[in-house]
Formats: sequence, C-alpha cells, structure tokens
Amino acid sequence: MASALDGVAAMRLAELKDPANVKQVPTRNGFGEGVVDAGKRNRNVIAICADLSESTRMLGFKEALPDQYIEIGVSEQLLVAMAAGLASAGKIPFIASYAMFNPGRSWEQVRTTMALNETNVKIAGAHAGVSVGPDGATHQAIEDIAIMRCIPHMTVVVPCDSIQTKKATLAVAEMTGPVYLRFGREKTPVVTTEETPFELGKAQIFREGRDVAIVVCGILVYNALIAAQTLAKHGIDCMVINNHTIKPMDEETIVAAAERCGAVVTVEEHQVFGGMGSRVAEILAQRRPAPVEFVGVHDQFGQSGDPAELIEHYGMGAVAIEAAVRRAIARK
Amino acid sequence: MPTLTPQRLTELKVHANRVREGIIRALLAAGSGHSAGPLDMADVFTVLYEHVLRHKPAEPEWDDRDRLLLSCGHIAPVRYSAMAYGGYFPVEELLTLRKFGTRLQGHPERVRLPAVETTSGPLGEGLAQGTGMALAAKMDGKSWRVYVVTSDAEHQCGLHWEAAMTAAKFKLDNLIAIVDRNFIQIDGSTEDVMPLEPFADKYRAFNWEVFECDGNDIAQVAETIEKAKAVKGKPSVIIAHTVPGKGVSYMEGDYTWHGKPPNKEQADQALRELEAERERILAHG
Ligand SMILES: Cc1ncc(C[n+]2csc(CCOP(=O)(O)OP(=O)(O)O)c2C)c(N)n1
Ligand SMILES: [Mg+2]
Repeated sequence: MASALDGVAAMRLAELKDPANVKQVPTRNGFGEGVVDAGKRNRNVIAICADLSESTRMLGFKEALPDQYIEIGVSEQLLVAMAAGLASAGKIPFIASYAMFNPGRSWEQVRTTMALNETNVKIAGAHAGVSVGPDGATHQAIEDIAIMRCIPHMTVVVPCDSIQTKKATLAVAEMTGPVYLRFGREKTPVVTTEETPFELGKAQIFREGRDVAIVVCGILVYNALIAAQTLAKHGIDCMVINNHTIKPMDEETIVAAAERCGAVVTVEEHQVFGGMGSRVAEILAQRRPAPVEFVGVHDQFGQSGDPAELIEHYGMGAVAIEAAVRRAIARK
Repeated sequence: MPTLTPQRLTELKVHANRVREGIIRALLAAGSGHSAGPLDMADVFTVLYEHVLRHKPAEPEWDDRDRLLLSCGHIAPVRYSAMAYGGYFPVEELLTLRKFGTRLQGHPERVRLPAVETTSGPLGEGLAQGTGMALAAKMDGKSWRVYVVTSDAEHQCGLHWEAAMTAAKFKLDNLIAIVDRNFIQIDGSTEDVMPLEPFADKYRAFNWEVFECDGNDIAQVAETIEKAKAVKGKPSVIIAHTVPGKGVSYMEGDYTWHGKPPNKEQADQALRELEAERERILAHG
C-alpha cells in the first residue's frame, strides 16, 4: 500500500549529539523577528500589544515600525475585538499577550469576532506551558490548544524552536484567516536550521523509525529527539514527527506513521485532554486504530518552580517520554 | 482626632520598614518577581494587617474575619511579607517565594494558602470577587468588611468596571477598594500606555465615594480608611498615591522595576538603606 511516508526522508536538523552544545534561544525571539519582517513586507500588518511589549517580543516591531504599532494597556478582550475591527477594514493585526490571557481571557471574543466573523487576525500567545516557571499556575497556559482547536476556521500552530517560530510567523502573515500561534518564554534548544523547510499543515519527520511514532509539538521536540536517541541504544527505533500545525492537522502523515509503527506516543506541553494528542487520537480512532500513549499534563494545574524542574515534575522530560514509548510498545 | 498615637505610628513605620526588608530578601532568594509595586504598598499593607483588619492570624479561616483581597496578584511579596511579620507564618518562609512546592506561589493561590482569600495574578478579577463576598455578607447580615487592593493599570480591564457598577447598584458600603496609584505599568507610565485620568471622576461617575491620600503616609492611610468605613449606602475607593519602589533609592519612580528582582549587590544596598531608615525612624519618629 502506498504510504504518505514513501520517499520522505527525515529533515536535516541542527547537531543534537551533545545536548550541552545545542544553541538555546526562546521561541518568542523568533516571533519578534518574524513579525518585524512581516510588517516590513506588508504595511497592512500591524502589531497590537496589551502592556507586554518586551516579554512578547513586540518591542522590536514598536521600534522599527512605530506607525504600525498600537498599545492598548491591560485589555485582552479589547485586544481581540478591536483587532477584528481593524481586520475588517483591511489590516492584518498580530495581537500579543500571554497565552493565559489571550486567548485565555478573550476566548468568546476570539470565537465570535475573529472566527465566526472570519477576520484575518493572528493571535500570538506567549509564555505558554508550565515552562513559564516561577510565576505559577495562574500564568501557565496549558489549556489553550484545546480551546483554540475546537473553533471552526481557526488555524493553530505550535512551532518547535525559535527559527521555526520565525518561519511560522511569516507563513501565517501570508495566509488569510484567523490564526493562533503559540510559543514559550524560556530559552529552549534550537533543533532546526535556517534550511529546514516549513510548510503550514505539513508535519515533519525529524527522525525515521519503525517501532513507535512519537508525535510531538513545541519545545518538547528536543526532549522527544533525545528520548529517541537513548531508546535507539536499547534497540527501540522511534520515528519522531514534529506536528507543528495542530489545526488543520496533517492527517495523512499521522495515519501513515501509525501504519508503519503500529503504536504512537504524543507529546505536548499542555493538558492531555483536548490538545494535540487528543486530535491525533481522534484521527487514529477513525482511520487507523493503534495504541496511543499521551505525554503532557494529566488533569492538574501547574505551580511555581524552575522551568526544567516543572517539565520533569509533570512528566514531560526525555525519561518520561522513553517510559511512554515502552508502554506503547507493550500495548502493540 | 488622629487614629494613631505617636508611639503607635512609630511602631507601624518600623513594621512597614521590616515588611520592605522581607520583600527584598524574598525577591533576592527567588531570583524573579516584582519589586516596585510590593515596596510601594508596604505602608498600606502594614496599616491593614496591623491596624484595620478584624482577623486572627492563628485562625486564618475564622468566619467573622474581614476579607482582604489582593487583586493585582503580582505584588504578592508585600502581602506575604506583611503576613509573615503579622504572625501568619515564620518570616523565614518568605525565602521559599516562587520555589517548587512553596505555599508562597509567584501569584497567590487560595488553595495553597487560604488566608489570601482568592487566587490572583490575572489582573482585574479582584473587585468582582470582592463584590460577591460583600454581597454575601449583606445577604447574611454579617458585619465583616471586604477590602480589595487593586493596581492602577488593572483599571484598564473591563471586568473591574463591571464590578464597580454592580457594587454601587447593591450599595455595598461594606466594600472598600484601595488603589495603588503609582502611575506605572509594564510598558511605561499609565498615562502613556492607556490614560486613566481623570481617575477619581470615573469612580464618582460610577456612584462610589472617593477618597485620596498619600499611600506612603501611614497616618493618612489609617485616617482615610476610618473615613471610608463610616460611609453609608455606597462603596468607597481610596486612591492611594504611592511612589513605585518606595524605600529603595535606585528603584523609586522607575517603572523598569515593575517586574524584576534586585541582584545580590542591589539587595545589599536596599537592605542597608532600609536599616538606615529604621534607625532614623527610631530616633526621630
Ligand atoms: C489579565 C492580565 N493581563 C496581563 C498581565 C501581565 N501583567 C502583569 S502586571 C501588569 C501591569 C502592571 O501594572 P500595574 O498593574 O499598575 O502594577 P505595577 O507595575 O504598578 O505594580 C501586566 C500587564 C496580567 N497579569 N493579567
Ligand atoms: Mg501601577
């Protein structure tokens, strides 16, 4: 049977052999660079910020393109609804806050004024995940993928590193329609290179393998690759798929991976309920049933702590991924 | 008639100075967190915990306690420090701020530390919850009051004004809001980011009784709260004018200290300045 994976080679990645030497850059930096380029390419691109210009990395846009920049203070519901108005009048607004507040606080405005209205607004959700660290549960958005992927017309993108976040920012600026782009606060490993291709809606095979397919998004791609390296030493051959576009998801690649490996592990810095992994399971339940193990936060809130400590505590470190792979294999 | 004797006033000034010391030590240990707001509200929190509130530190969930809500949760270090110096928990626990497993989360959490009354951090949600509590007290004929501490930039949130309208509708004279009017927020001056003035007029238009005071003057804060308690038939707001970073020379008035902690050297200098100020208070009142 022909497979979507036929003839697909794994992407070239940055050198990951020595974790200590991997470059660490916050994904938000890629957004900051991308949004400035998008604004220079198209003067209808505007940036709107709700009192978080430095931490969302919109400050560079403010400095480079002051005439296309709008500051509105602590008003996330306004942020969305006003952007929808601007979009209706021809602008392409990028609106940035912490994911917890936008789309967290502004959800109904997102649904009605952005999505139901079909306006061309791009949400940049910063500081997503427990890796925001010491700020604690109130600031750790781990439900945002779920609440965005259930909205019709919404495109949902979770890039894996700073380079990919820049590419994703430029790509969503080019397309028409409402978008949710999610990124994090901390410095995280840069796994792709400038040359690694990026296409919205097209999952990427970062490692070929036959035993288990690890389907992962966001900053945990690195942990998944490390887990796969370790497991390879024990004779377990994992495919690693960077599933950056949660909606619309690349069903063909997911189904083909389940076909080839017979078991799947999903990995995301998010509640396991309703997130990327849930979507993978929905697809497989209908098209190619296979055992799935879910790595993510299991129905808990986050808390204060060091980012790395929290990733471990909530079971999203490389060792936890290895364990999930072994569980998946046992269920084959 | 002044509400505080000169001796009591001196004690409270020294107490506020200690609260500031606790804030600096906690932030240094945490390595992240907010400095300007906590320091500027140390006097208000001292007056609240040491003079105004009807409460029992040893029995934090005592039914008849006054409720103190911190709407702008990011200034939690001042509340934690005032609670520690007020007998709620050991002062050394302040050094667990923002660390894994602590009760002193980066933003306060009611489930971990019930005495904080509400979980906060996402701005603009405190007055609404305070309105609910004050309404419940009225419904049940209870005499406890609700105090809501709120920042100025929170007044850019729509929900805050929805609550303000509601508190006036229900004539909640058992509800007192205290605003940290320090004129700063993350991206700069409130008046540049999103102008709030005329600030007092907005509350008047919402049918609130409005008071203003120097929020770094303990005697004035205490007197103003007494006046607000006497208001009948409507909620009161106290606009407390404060100096961001109050008590630490290099932070005072500088908005860039909103969300960062001092490093070791800066903390040492802050602690030296606070100690000198304490000696000055003890010598001159
Ligand atoms: C709903 C919401 N949006 C954004 C933030 C991020 N944030 C934290 S504090 C703050 C504003 C700071 O200004 P102010 O509230 O006046 O506090 P101050 O700097 O004076 O302590 C913002 C935007 C938040 N906590 N909640
Ligand atoms: Mg302020």
